[in-house]
Amino acid sequence: MSSNTSNEQVTDESVNETDGTSDGAIIETDISVDRGSSHTTGHTETIVRAEGLDVYYGDDQALDNVTIEIPEHRVTAMIGPSGCGKSTFLRSINRMNDRIPAARVDGGLHFRGKNVYDDDVDPVALRRTIGQVFQSPNPFPKSIYDNVAYGLRVQGKADGMDLDAAVERALRGAALWDEVKDQLNESGLDLSGGQQQRLCIARAIATDPEVILMDEPTSALDPVAASKIEDLINELVDEYTVIIVTHNMQQAARISDKTAVFLTGGELVEFDDTATIFEDPDDDRVENYITGKFG
Amino acid sequence: MSTKRETDFLADVDLGREKLLNRLFYGTLVVASLFGLAMLVLLLTDVLWEASQALTNFDIDIGNFLTATSSSRAEQAGFGASIIASVWLMVLTAVLAFFIAVGCAIYLVEYAPENRVTRLIEANLANLAGVPSIVYGLLVLALIVNDAGLGSVILAGAIALALLIVPIIIVASIESIRAVPSSVRDGSYAMGATKWQTIRQVVLPQAMPGILTGTILALARAVGETAPLIMVGTMLHATRYPDGPFASFSAMPTQIYNWTYQADRMFNGLAAVGIVVLLLFLVAMYALAGYLRKRYETDGSSISNV
Amino acid sequence: MSTETQSGSGISGDDSLEAAHEKNRRVRRVLFGCAAVTVVTTVAIFLVLFDNAASYFFGARISEVLFDGDSIARTVTFTEFFTGTRWAPDHATPAHGVLPIVWGTLAITIGAGLVSIPIGTATALYLSEYASSDTRNRLKPILEILAGIPTIVYGYFAVSFLTPVLVDGIATFLVNPAGRGLDSVSHHAPGLLEPLASGMMGASVGRYSMLAGILVVGTMTIPMVSSISEDAMQAVPDDLRNGAYALGATKYQVSTRIVLPAAVSGIFASYILALSRAIGETMAVTMAAGFNANLTVNPFDEIMTMTAYLVSMARGTSAVGTVQYQSLFAVGLLLFLMTLTMNLLNDRLKQRFQEEYR
Repeated sequence: MSSNTSNEQVTDESVNETDGTSDGAIIETDISVDRGSSHTTGHTETIVRAEGLDVYYGDDQALDNVTIEIPEHRVTAMIGPSGCGKSTFLRSINRMNDRIPAARVDGGLHFRGKNVYDDDVDPVALRRTIGQVFQSPNPFPKSIYDNVAYGLRVQGKADGMDLDAAVERALRGAALWDEVKDQLNESGLDLSGGQQQRLCIARAIATDPEVILMDEPTSALDPVAASKIEDLINELVDEYTVIIVTHNMQQAARISDKTAVFLTGGELVEFDDTATIFEDPDDDRVENYITGKFG
Repeated sequence: MSTKRETDFLADVDLGREKLLNRLFYGTLVVASLFGLAMLVLLLTDVLWEASQALTNFDIDIGNFLTATSSSRAEQAGFGASIIASVWLMVLTAVLAFFIAVGCAIYLVEYAPENRVTRLIEANLANLAGVPSIVYGLLVLALIVNDAGLGSVILAGAIALALLIVPIIIVASIESIRAVPSSVRDGSYAMGATKWQTIRQVVLPQAMPGILTGTILALARAVGETAPLIMVGTMLHATRYPDGPFASFSAMPTQIYNWTYQADRMFNGLAAVGIVVLLLFLVAMYALAGYLRKRYETDGSSISNV
Repeated sequence: MSTETQSGSGISGDDSLEAAHEKNRRVRRVLFGCAAVTVVTTVAIFLVLFDNAASYFFGARISEVLFDGDSIARTVTFTEFFTGTRWAPDHATPAHGVLPIVWGTLAITIGAGLVSIPIGTATALYLSEYASSDTRNRLKPILEILAGIPTIVYGYFAVSFLTPVLVDGIATFLVNPAGRGLDSVSHHAPGLLEPLASGMMGASVGRYSMLAGILVVGTMTIPMVSSISEDAMQAVPDDLRNGAYALGATKYQVSTRIVLPAAVSGIFASYILALSRAIGETMAVTMAAGFNANLTVNPFDEIMTMTAYLVSMARGTSAVGTVQYQSLFAVGLLLFLMTLTMNLLNDRLKQRFQEEYR
């Protein structure tokens, strides 16, 4: 693991994390943006850009006219109360919303300048470029090795490559290698919850995607396991772009460079540098939400 | 009004009568529940008694019984050729039914759009499961045995049995495939897997124990089926070992049927012993299915432990 | 914004992906083919039964008329088929009235329903409302064994035990103290009970009887009623029961006034299923009730069901073209249509039950 000191520090903070709606006073004093984790050095390119994005589930509108530019090689956090549309936004990036029959999308969502909802975009190809880690760990009922190799195999990249090396690389990248290197042929389901989630991250990075979407990846984990994932996210942005949905404002403050605040009704209220959002937000509703007076 | 009710509150309640009624009802239910149990015990006792009587009275050599072919002479008749015929039937039936049934189940769960054709297929499935087995025998008799000229061979019998159990396997498979959590499917799709890759590599391996359990139970139903085989046309006595799918045959149940109707009492005894063999086959298949189900359940609990 | 020109970085798919998609589409077509087989089976049953049954009534199969130009000759009229009271298509003086074997099937079905419906429902109520979960977990699988035993075994049970011991015993018991009693009974309703009385006076039951058929088919359909009814009762929300118990209801009242009415369509569906199964039941009923196409209500008489007729006429390849062979399909078609009606009814009831508890 990277460094024990930062690990402990995060763990201490985690003791206070319950959910986003705890007592405002505590949150106000607790939230401090961890500048050490920021990667804001100079200009980076936009990798995902939404423009007037509306998403409906049947008659319900889940996203309302969302416009946002998400930078490459940064951690961008999506926060907001339950049902605000932050997960919907995440799922519309890799078109997992297509799997919901009643879902309908208007407006544009561009990945590297290409609208992913254009007719000629293949969602399968899109998902091979944009990985996802889910709320609760969902390893396949296969061995650890086969879980990591799964993406390479389905994407046809496994032939003629050193699969063992690729699996090791991905597991190291997910900070799991040392824990599982002797049990690669055992079922992924035998791991602990935190290990399973890191296995899912290893599975996602094994195919070398450009963006990794994370939908509340630590909400099903205990604080120690969660802090390991947070450390991992900080390392991942060197190679990938991470977009993370979280209920936990301290987590957003700790690990993200940019923060987007969604509020009820699927409206993106404010999007800025994380420090600005938590210390000096423009919108009163955001300030109220951050300080626990709303949501 | 309300005051009257209050004063009569306890006086009106005849709990004794209610309790008596309740107890009588309970007694009736228990007696009724025991009827099925009693019939089961009677049936098994009867079969075992007749079989043991036959073994002692007619001095049946079990080794010879299990290996010899049947014969018009009771002293020489054995069950071996019928056992082999039943095994042939089971294997062919399994091969014919399994892929079609599982394919249909996958289509209905994973691919089928919500439209008229799908509803037709589903409604038809419910109907097929209720078609009497003898009708499948008639269908194969006309279409396969006579029109196609295949004759009364094992393959024809297997086709009839396969048609019979396809709906059963489909229902079991649909259940198992639906039971695979959608989070696992999502995980695969998010990796950029196509639908078929997801099904083949993630959904089917997890659903397979349930599918196999359902298949074995369906085969247990098939191996005891008599009527479709009689319609297809089996031999009176299985006097030859079947040498393949195109051999004429008499399977275990049809041989038992024919022995039951022979005038020679020894044949009737052979039928009882044959039934015991048939039931042992079924016990073995149920045990296998139970074992698979148990292993499957352990897998399931390890998922929920996480 | 400057990056917008990179355009997509390969998310539009390429050749290797196209191959995966093509495979997916091919698999989809194959799987649809598998599903289509089930529909084709139903269509084939319809066509083959109609096609062959036509030769019974018109002397030629529909396909022979269409493709070979065979001529039609009226052999059996529908009037005779549906109203005649003697069934002997293979007799030297043939008779083609299907009523006796339809009656045979109905008699067994009704009688079996009189056994399995009350006993099955009572068992379901016991399992669902009275039994401890321990008892239920033990008793339910045991009862389901009844449904798993091959019908040929039930047939053997009827031949070796039910008929010679039980049915014969009942007949003897009824006759012995009966002399006077039966006289007085038959005096009131001679038309209906005379054959019954005379049958019992004969005292010795033959190798087959309607009663033995009713008993085996009734027994083997108990688990269908009890299992499916119990599922329906278990689906009744506990809130309803608690509401009734809170009002001071006894278990008997809750069972009969809350659970039974709430689960009624599911319970009826189980009845239909059991009756449908009884109609199509073949081996047990053949071996218990016999091969004599009697129009009788005497439970100690031998009768013939439609399925028993099919079994008695099965000759494989040797009989093609004979009237016996053709009659198989006329009877088979009638049998299929009867069970089809029951299945559709069952489907309707099941749907209604699911709607009630959505």
